[in-house]
Amino acid sequence: MKSNQTKIESKLASEAKVFRGGRAKSWREEVIKTTLFFCALISVLTTFSIVFILAQEAGGFFQDVSVFDFIFGTHWTPLLEPRSFGVLPLVCGTILIVVGAASLALPIGLATSIYLSEYASIRIRSLLKPLLEVLAGIPTIVYGYFALTFITPLFRTFFPKIQIFNAFSASIVVGIMILPMIASLCDNTFRAVPDSLRQGAYAVGATQYEVTTGVVIPSALSGVMSAFVLALSRAIGETMAVTLAAGATPKMTMDPFVSIQTMTAYIVQVSLGDTPAGTIAYQTIFAVSALLFIITLCMNIVSHRLLHRFREVYE
Amino acid sequence: MNRLFVCLTLSAVFLFLVCERNSEAKERLKGKIRIDGSSTVFPITEAVAEEFQKLNRKVRVTVGISGTGGGFKKFSAGEIDINDASRTIKRSEIQNAEQNGVGFIELPVAYDGLSVVINRNNNFVDHLTVTELRKIWQPGSTVMNWSDVRPEWPEKAIHLYGPGTDSGTFDYFTKVINGKSQSSRSDFTASEDDNVLVMGVTGDENSLGYFGFAYYWENRFKLKLVPVDGGEGPVSPSEKTINDGTYKPLSRPIFIYVNKTGSKRAEVQEFVRFYIKSAPILTKEVGYIPLPAKEYKNVQDRFEKWLKNPLLSEKVSSGAKIKKVLLEGN
Amino acid sequence: MTTQNLTRRHRVANLFHGFCFTVAWTGVVILGILLFHVTGEGLHWLDLQFLNDFPSRFPEKAGIRSALFGTLWLISLTATISIPLGVGAAIYLEEYAPKNSFTRFIDLNISNLAGVPSIVYGMLGLVIFVRLFDLDRSVLAGSMTMSLLILPIIIIASRESLRGVPSTLRQAAFALGATRWQTIYSHVLPAALPGILTGFILALSRAIGETAPLIMIGALTYVAFIPEGPMDEFTTLPIQIFNWASRPQKDFHELAAAGILVLLIVLLFMNSFAVYIRHWLERKI
Repeated sequence: MKSNQTKIESKLASEAKVFRGGRAKSWREEVIKTTLFFCALISVLTTFSIVFILAQEAGGFFQDVSVFDFIFGTHWTPLLEPRSFGVLPLVCGTILIVVGAASLALPIGLATSIYLSEYASIRIRSLLKPLLEVLAGIPTIVYGYFALTFITPLFRTFFPKIQIFNAFSASIVVGIMILPMIASLCDNTFRAVPDSLRQGAYAVGATQYEVTTGVVIPSALSGVMSAFVLALSRAIGETMAVTLAAGATPKMTMDPFVSIQTMTAYIVQVSLGDTPAGTIAYQTIFAVSALLFIITLCMNIVSHRLLHRFREVYE
Repeated sequence: MNRLFVCLTLSAVFLFLVCERNSEAKERLKGKIRIDGSSTVFPITEAVAEEFQKLNRKVRVTVGISGTGGGFKKFSAGEIDINDASRTIKRSEIQNAEQNGVGFIELPVAYDGLSVVINRNNNFVDHLTVTELRKIWQPGSTVMNWSDVRPEWPEKAIHLYGPGTDSGTFDYFTKVINGKSQSSRSDFTASEDDNVLVMGVTGDENSLGYFGFAYYWENRFKLKLVPVDGGEGPVSPSEKTINDGTYKPLSRPIFIYVNKTGSKRAEVQEFVRFYIKSAPILTKEVGYIPLPAKEYKNVQDRFEKWLKNPLLSEKVSSGAKIKKVLLEGN
Repeated sequence: MTTQNLTRRHRVANLFHGFCFTVAWTGVVILGILLFHVTGEGLHWLDLQFLNDFPSRFPEKAGIRSALFGTLWLISLTATISIPLGVGAAIYLEEYAPKNSFTRFIDLNISNLAGVPSIVYGMLGLVIFVRLFDLDRSVLAGSMTMSLLILPIIIIASRESLRGVPSTLRQAAFALGATRWQTIYSHVLPAALPGILTGFILALSRAIGETAPLIMIGALTYVAFIPEGPMDEFTTLPIQIFNWASRPQKDFHELAAAGILVLLIVLLFMNSFAVYIRHWLERKI
C-alpha cells in the first residue's frame, strides 16, 4: 500500500515538474517572441528617424519655396543664379533610368531564374548562381566607370550622337546591377514551388515550357513580384552609378542619349560637394529626398495591394 | 686640473642630454589630427600628411573628402582640426563657427590655375578674352555656335563642358568671369570628376571646357590650351604665369582653415608649420602651383602671430598679391 | 492534327529553353567583359607591396593596406549586427506576427526602406550614430549605418524563404508537442537557411561596394594605419578606388583598377564561403 502511494506521489511529482517545466518554457517563449518583435520594430524606428530628419529640413525649405513650384516647375537650377526650384527634370531623369533598367533586367532576370531552377543541372546551377551573385557584389562605382569607359564608347560606334554622359549607358549598368537580385530571388521562389505541382502537369502531357509558364510562374507569382519590386526599389535608389554615368545636367527629356540628372545623383552631388550647410541650396537635398521617399512609398503601397491578391498557399 | 676636467665632463654630459632631449621632442609628438574638406586640396594634404607621419610616427593624421561645405559643417561644430577648402569660408559658415565658439585662421597654401581647353583638332581658336568667356558662359547666354562668339569662326555648334555646379572650381570661375558666384548658363555638360571632362573634350571636336591645371597637364598631349586675355594680352597658364599672377583672372588660391582649439595642441601646430614649410615642393609634386616664396613667409608669420593672439578668428588673407588675385584677378 | 500541334508545342518548348539558356549565360559574359576590362588595366600593379603599403602621393609607393583592413572590419561588424536583426525580424513577421494592420504597416515599411537611396542612410548615420550616439567617425558607426541599409534586403529575402517552407513541416512538429520556437529553431529555420543565405550574400555584397554613405559619415580617404578596434577611424576599398580614379594621373587610374581587383577577390572569397555552406545545406534537405 505504501509503495503504491509513493508510486502515485512520485508520478504526481514528475507530472508537476512537467507542468512547471511547461510554464517555464512558455516564459522563455515570450522572451524570444518579444526580442524578435523588437528586431522587427527597428525598421519602423528607422523609417521614423528618416521621416523626422527629412521633414525637419524640408520643412525649412518649403517655407521659402512653394510646394506647387517645386513639384510642377520644369527648371531645376538651385545652385545657379537665377535660382529655380522645379523638380520635374530630376524626376524625369529618374524615370528614364528606371524604365530603361527595368526593361532590361526584368525579362532577362526572369528568364535566367527559370533556367536556373527548371533547366539547369545541379552542377551548372552551382556554378552559375554564385557567378551571378558576384555581379551583384561589384561596387556601384565600378559600374559607373564601366558605363563611362566601356559602354558609352562602344555604343558611340553605332550611335555617334551619344554624349559622354547619357541615360542609356546608365540604364544598362543599373539593369546589370539589379539582374542578379531578380535572378537569385526568383530562383529561390521557383524552387519552393512543390514538385508535385509540376509532376501533375507533366502527367497530363504538358511540355516543359507549358509547365513553367502555366504552373510554376503563376504559383510563384507573389515571390516573383516581390523580387521585381525589390529590384525596382534598388534601381530608383541607386546613387553612385548614375552619378558617374548619367551626368549632372537636369533636363526634361526622354532622349536617352543626352546627359541628364536623377534625383539621387543630385542628392549625392550636393551632400558631398562644396555647398555650405544650412543654406536653401543645401536644404534642397532634403526636399528631393522627401519626394523620392513619397514616390517609393506610393509604389510600395500599390504593389502590396497587388501582392495580397496573388499570394498562394500551397496546401 | 682635476676640477677643470670634472667641470668639462659635466658640461659635456649636460650638453649631450640637452641635445638628446631636443631631438627626442620631435619623436615625442603624439596624438590625432583630423582633417576633412575639399577633394581638390586633398592631394596636397595627403602628401603633407605622408611626409609628416614619416618624421613623427606616433601622430595619426586622417583626411576625409566630404567636400568644402561638408568640411566646414564639421569644422564649425569643432569635430575636425583642419578644413581643406577650395573656396573661402562663407558668411553663414562664419556665423555657425562663431555660434559654436570655434575660432579659425584662413591660410592659403597653393594656387590652382583654371585652364580653358578645346579639342586638339580645333584650329581656329587662338585665344579667348574674359569678355568672350563671359558671353559664352553667362546665365541666359544665347551663344550656340562658335560664330556667335566671333563672326569669323565657323558656324558649328559649341559644346560646353564644366565642373559640377556644386564645386569650388565652378564657384570661382563664375565669380571671376560672370561677376557673380554660381551665376552661369545651365545647359553645359557638368561633371564632378574632371577626368570625365577631359574625356568629353578629347572626344568632341566642337568642345570647350575648363578644369584644374593638373588635369590639363596630365593630358596635355590630348588637349589644346586656350590662352586667356585678362586685359593685358593672351596668357597661357603655366607654372610660371600662375605663380606670378600674370595668368589672370583664372589663378585661384586654395586654403586650409585651422581650428583655434585644435591649434593649442603641439602636434597640430607642428603639422601646420610643416605644411607651410613643405608646400613649395609638395604642391608641385601633386600638380598644383606653389605660392611665391614671399607669400609663404607671410603665411608662416601670420600663423605664428595668430597662435599667440587671443583673438578668435582671422579671415582676410592679408597677402597683398593673393588679395588682389581674389578680387581683381591681377 | 494532334501530331502537328505536338510538334509545334515541342518547338516552342525548345525555343524557350534556348532563350533562357542564352540569356542566363549573357550575365556571365558581361561579368567576363567587366573583369577583363578591369584586369587589363590594373593587373600589373597587383603585388605584395600594393597590399602592404599605405596610400601615398607616389603611385609606385601607394598601397591599399588601410582600405583592405577597413573593408574587412566593416563587413565583419556589419554581418554581426545585421544578420541576427534581419533574420530575427523576418522570423517574427512570418511566424509570430498576427495578421493585423500593424503587421502590414511594418511590411510596407520594410519594402519602402529597400528603396531609400544609400546616401539618405548616410545622412541618417551621421545624425544618429555619429552625433547622437557620439560614435564619431568609427568603424562601428559605419557598420551600424550599413546594417540599416542592408536590413530590408535580408528581411525580405529571409521572409520569402521562410514562406517557402511547407506548413506540413511546422504542423508535424506542433503535433508532437513542440513549442513555436522549437519548431522554428529545429525545423523551419534549417529548411529556410539556403534562401536566407542567398539574401545574406546579396545584402553583404551591397554593403561591401558602397561609397557615398560612408563618405558622409566621415569615413576617411587618407588613413595610414589599420583599425585596431571598433571605435577607430577607417577607410574602405571603394572609397580609395573612387579617390584614385578621380586623380588626373593615369597611374592612379590603373591603381584604382588594381584596387577593384582586390575588392572582387575579397567578394569572391566571401561569396564562395557562403555558397559552399548553402550547397552543403541544400544537399541535406
